[in-house]
Amino acid sequence: MLRYLFRRILLTIPVLLGVATLVFSLIHLVPGDPAQAMLGDGASPQDIAELRVSLGLDRPLLDQYVTFLRQAVTGDLGTSFRTGQPVTSMIVERLPATAELAFAAMFVAILIAIPLGVVAAVWRGTAVDYGAMTFALAGVSIPNFWLGPLLAIVFAVELGWLPVSGRGTPAHLVLPAVSLGLALAAILARMTRASLLDELRELYVRAARARGVSRAFAIAGHALRNSMVPLLTIVALQFGAVLTGAVITETIFAWPGIGRLLIQSIGFRDYPMVQGCILLIAATYVTVNLVTDLMYGVLDPRIRLE
Amino acid sequence: MTLRLRSGLALRLRSGLALRLGSGQARAGVAIVTLVFFGALAAPWLLPWDAATQDLPNRLQGPTWEHWFGLDELGRDILARVLLGARVSLLVGLVVVGVSSSVGMIVGAISGYYGGRVDQLIGRFMDVLMAFPGMLLAIALVAVLGPSLVNVVLALAVIGWVGYARLVRGQVLRAREFEYVTAARALGAGTVRILARHVLPTAMPPLLVQATLGMAGAILSEAALSFLGLGVQPPTPSWGTMINGGRVHLLDAPHLTVFPGLFLAVVVLGFNFLGDGLRDAIDPRRQQ
Repeated sequence: MLRYLFRRILLTIPVLLGVATLVFSLIHLVPGDPAQAMLGDGASPQDIAELRVSLGLDRPLLDQYVTFLRQAVTGDLGTSFRTGQPVTSMIVERLPATAELAFAAMFVAILIAIPLGVVAAVWRGTAVDYGAMTFALAGVSIPNFWLGPLLAIVFAVELGWLPVSGRGTPAHLVLPAVSLGLALAAILARMTRASLLDELRELYVRAARARGVSRAFAIAGHALRNSMVPLLTIVALQFGAVLTGAVITETIFAWPGIGRLLIQSIGFRDYPMVQGCILLIAATYVTVNLVTDLMYGVLDPRIRLE
Repeated sequence: MTLRLRSGLALRLRSGLALRLGSGQARAGVAIVTLVFFGALAAPWLLPWDAATQDLPNRLQGPTWEHWFGLDELGRDILARVLLGARVSLLVGLVVVGVSSSVGMIVGAISGYYGGRVDQLIGRFMDVLMAFPGMLLAIALVAVLGPSLVNVVLALAVIGWVGYARLVRGQVLRAREFEYVTAARALGAGTVRILARHVLPTAMPPLLVQATLGMAGAILSEAALSFLGLGVQPPTPSWGTMINGGRVHLLDAPHLTVFPGLFLAVVVLGFNFLGDGLRDAIDPRRQQ
């Protein structure tokens, strides 16, 4: 097990290095001079030169790259061009809001998906199954940037049940979490159905039924439990989609998280902040995938032996 | 042998298509996609209204018999703009899927066929791209390159090819072990000929499914980028831009947001229905 853990962690290092390299090169993809782009056309040559020095763009590329990596490892992601504050501290300030939204969205998704997937699998081929799966496919197709405002009109403006935007009370979390979680719920419902159907075909389910175990217990107590293992991977993989979806959801609901910070920073051409947000989200995603792989290895010994 | 296998695949695909596209969902998918393509192409001849014509005195007017989807904040016909927006969405979808699948097919075929260090190198590069969740990398690329339709297509293609490459690599790894491939090699066929004539055709059915679902993904991503102000710029109509523009008038004129979003959701659903139907047709296990 330790060997598996070590090997899996070791494999993540080049990926993280590649991610950092790609994020570093972002600023160099800006057409023309990044400093000029950040300051706008009216900037004086002196201001541009000063910004180039403060961003380190006047140094050789290799030197810039090594400095970027060294600083990133120590948690220093530079200084925000807009606020003058350290990028890392601004991101850390927003991190709890994004984490709160992401976990709430995943909770909503699981709450909808598992019952939906289970009824679709149990009543496979019936109207219930087709209805549940059509709903699931519709859920994947409805964009959250459209669903969010519509939910806000109905539940915040018309009915007045929930706040329109902002963060503070648990009620503030409902609309953003539902808007973000629905697409994930749709994907998970389809996977739950497929995974449970696979398990229901297994011999141990038939054996349990032959021993006199009720159908409900054979499904809930045996098949469903085993079908949850592959679902764990899907949930973790979809965590990335939740993080990206949060960029849009946070913008719609004025949720003070990293996604909103990213979009605001793009608007201000605050490239160090854009780089910091992208690097952090990607690194979080890689870490979540790593933890999932490790957990999967614990749950299923065959993975460790591969 | 090759012929038999390929015709077998074609037969399975055809019979499967006939079988599964007969399902309600798949038929709905075909109908939606056909209608949208037709509507987008024929928009200028279908409607008496031009998408750019402004009727300022009646701005924000709700749906009427004259303007089925109402008028926007500048008094422009929303139906005309939604149909023109369909052109942008379909164009982005087709170009992104075309470029991504072509690049993905070539890279995946090279990676799977040659294996070894080439495969490892390409694999690590793909791992890095896959480390960026969803369209985060696309957002980052458009943010630095600047908002435009071309940059949206470029950014979506950069993140899109990896999925195709992984799929084709897997198929090629399997197909290169087939006896008829060994036989072709023994007969002196070159690598390009083996890949093009004997190996890649086996990857086509799943590639077709991925491309159909990829259309839905690309259309949705373009709309999302345009919604964030990073995609198509006004006055060119795009569903994402229209939804974003309508947010200001959500309380007094919700039709500005409702109709473009509804169209977007239905078109994406159409491609998802079609992709699902094709997947069911190709995978016999799903037909059971």
